[in-house]
Amino acid sequence: MMLRSAVLLAAFILGGSTGEIAITHGMKSVGEPVRLRPRFVLHFLGRAVRNGWFWTGVPLLAFAFYVLLVLLSWEPISVVIPASALSYVVGTLGAKYLLKEEVSPKRWAGVLLVCAGVALVAAS
Amino acid sequence: MGHERRLRFKTLVMVLAMVLCANTGDLLLKRGMNQIGVVQLSFSGLTHAFRLTISNPTIWLAIAFLLGFLVFYMTVLSWADYSYVMPAGAFGYALVTLLAVLFLGETVTTRRWFGVVLICAGVFLVGQTKPRTTEAAT
Repeated sequence: MMLRSAVLLAAFILGGSTGEIAITHGMKSVGEPVRLRPRFVLHFLGRAVRNGWFWTGVPLLAFAFYVLLVLLSWEPISVVIPASALSYVVGTLGAKYLLKEEVSPKRWAGVLLVCAGVALVAAS
Repeated sequence: MGHERRLRFKTLVMVLAMVLCANTGDLLLKRGMNQIGVVQLSFSGLTHAFRLTISNPTIWLAIAFLLGFLVFYMTVLSWADYSYVMPAGAFGYALVTLLAVLFLGETVTTRRWFGVVLICAGVFLVGQTKPRTTEAAT
């Protein structure tokens, strides 16, 4: 993988993780739908799209999405996805330190297994 | 159902819906980008690629599925931990492999099966942790 691909990969992982963390923070402050019926979910989405954190996350995800499109046109998917499996670790670090979630040793073990597993599956 | 069981059940349903939308969307996205070809990293190359991207029906279908994914994702994140939902979503990679073997008759390498086993074990471990570890906002 060339340097320019590595830079794009880092931009994809960081952009995607920070975007999802911003959206998670926004959704937690909006609060869950009262019931999982279309009417309540629509009401929830209506409040979600008026949340500032949501609109912080969306441009970051859009940026990561377009970076991924470019990256996939340069490198085979069997290289891009295994490398992007690192985002499971980066995202969990963000959840722990930015969102203050409790990441127990069991959850960390699961995340690391998933990260290794995704890398193996996508590499073959 | 008890509160904890109900929380786990609805989280599981949402994660499955997320995974189905994301996998279908990614597959269509890859197909659409293959139709477009290699993107040149210059201003004209990027604007050209952007024009081709927004006029490609396969890409739009992919975007519809990925939007569906986003709705399920936003909804589940309103109650569940990010560090619970995100690794659990990797179950999609295992699901795709199983579907490819069962319905497309594809052969899968030992390495890939090993990866699937690791993912399932990882999702199983994460699934045993509490779906929510933060307080509800007031």
